[in-house]
Amino acid sequence: MDQTVPAPSLSHQHVTFPDGLRLDCGFHLAPVDVAYRTYGTLSPARDNAILVCHALTGDQYVADPHPLTGKPGWWSRMVGPGLPIDTDRFFVICINVLGGCMGTTGPRSLRRGEDGRQEPWGTEFPAITIRDMVRAQKLLIDHMGISRLLAVVGGSMGGMQVLEWAATYPDHVFAAMPIATSPFHSAQNIAFNEVSRQAIFADPQWHGGRYWECNEIPARGLAVARMMAHITYLSEAALTRKFGRRVRHEPGRGGVPGSLFGEMFEVESYLRHQGSSFVRRFDANSYLTITRAMDYFDLGAEHDGDMSHPFAGTRTRFCIISFSSDWLFPTSQARLLARALNRVAANVSFVEIDSDKGHDAFLLDEPDFDRTIRGFLAGTAEHAGIA
Amino acid sequence: MRLDQRLIAGMIRPGTRVLDVGSGDGALLDHLFRNSGCDARGIEIDMKEVTRSVAHGLPVMHGDADHDLAHYPDNAFDYVVLQRTLQAVERPREVLRQMLRIGRHAIVSFPNFGHWRLRVQMLTRGRMPMTSVWSTPWYDTPNIHPCTILDFLTLCEDEGYVVQQWMAVDEDGERAPWRRSIRLANLFGEQALFLLRRKDTPRT
Repeated sequence: MDQTVPAPSLSHQHVTFPDGLRLDCGFHLAPVDVAYRTYGTLSPARDNAILVCHALTGDQYVADPHPLTGKPGWWSRMVGPGLPIDTDRFFVICINVLGGCMGTTGPRSLRRGEDGRQEPWGTEFPAITIRDMVRAQKLLIDHMGISRLLAVVGGSMGGMQVLEWAATYPDHVFAAMPIATSPFHSAQNIAFNEVSRQAIFADPQWHGGRYWECNEIPARGLAVARMMAHITYLSEAALTRKFGRRVRHEPGRGGVPGSLFGEMFEVESYLRHQGSSFVRRFDANSYLTITRAMDYFDLGAEHDGDMSHPFAGTRTRFCIISFSSDWLFPTSQARLLARALNRVAANVSFVEIDSDKGHDAFLLDEPDFDRTIRGFLAGTAEHAGIA
Repeated sequence: MRLDQRLIAGMIRPGTRVLDVGSGDGALLDHLFRNSGCDARGIEIDMKEVTRSVAHGLPVMHGDADHDLAHYPDNAFDYVVLQRTLQAVERPREVLRQMLRIGRHAIVSFPNFGHWRLRVQMLTRGRMPMTSVWSTPWYDTPNIHPCTILDFLTLCEDEGYVVQQWMAVDEDGERAPWRRSIRLANLFGEQALFLLRRKDTPRT
């Protein structure tokens, strides 16, 4: 499934499930490939597994170098020997989400067309939900013979998956850590996603989603989508601290002094870099599919309008973490989740980490955050009797 | 753990569900989990303490007595504990009602405003009393609802709560000897500690 033009050919560790799975939209998707990475050693009792769920543009390379960019894994500061999610102690699994573009079945995967030829799904890929992503992950967890995950941990869209895991498979999740997330995708966040999608649609190289036929990618549209989204991951304080109003003079670019774009603010340069490096590793149709899955996420709507319903009688231990400057998934939404869990007397820890780094804080150096994760997992292991 | 926390722990049966409202550094939670096998959880208003507690593996959520108890279902806990905080909440009567709605028992401790030293200071100086227990000036104090032991007993009677156990405690948390006479306790006790239940809850 990695032969798609023009994406680089890569093979990812994966398991193929020939029977696939039935999606929330009613479509039966088969076969389904589930690509993943693991770290550490599964105990003989298979009781030390922690599933880390990645965010919108993340992937399964949580703690080893990314095969396309060569950069360290997206949470390599958190997952590893001796780190808060300690691979000396725990068996850590990270799975590329359904609809993704790093080996799990998604819009770039090939299917047999009506004429019998293989072609990518593209925008014909069925609409998926966060719960569908979790169902696909469950296939792999069952395949590994793990009957109960010690913990499911994830930030942002990863946190939505954590909540779906706890709601859909309560007996298989001993502890859940939803981080910088919300029990539903807000109107504001849907609005941002829509701007991202419109940027992709507006790129002439998108070709109605069949860009592979022209051997092109909608790089400009996808880059603009990423630039806009990236602003929402930061905060005014973080942008000011990092860039302020500093200007970068680039000789030979923009030319004449005094011309409209003769000089570039550093923040502009940074965003352009974010945009251009993103398009080298991410598929535009995957971006569309996954942002839509996030938009559909509403834990309450899935359960008669009350987000506490799916957690009635739950024995899962929850640790909700938010960040004070996160305006994309603000603490107020995390508190709604905490209160929904209170309504069913669930075991909930709820911490707001003081940070000025915005939504991205969960990926960055925040000592209190590290301590919270480490301590909660240690307590979890103790309660699970695997200390 | 403070001495009065030991007295509180002594009121709690092993293996029960406990909510500690204002759990601070989590010392009582840790004790109840480790030594009594309780399912003990905390609510704490100070985020630093919350982070510290969770980092010690204790289940604590950020919140406060006035705003967060209302979200729990009836009888979710066997004991709801409120230590040295009743006098500082916005609506003490409502907080007590919530505690005895979500818990079968409430354990409440508070500083006694009826202590003789406070009475003497008021009488002789005519100014708001200041002692080691009541140590902040009137304009800075978080203690907006001070009460005496007798006041508290009257409230319990009005609200239909049964006092299952009470004791006077001195500032260090040591149990004071005024266990026979509530009037003497109200005069000489620096802190008070009560174990309450609703009238309709069987004694356990």
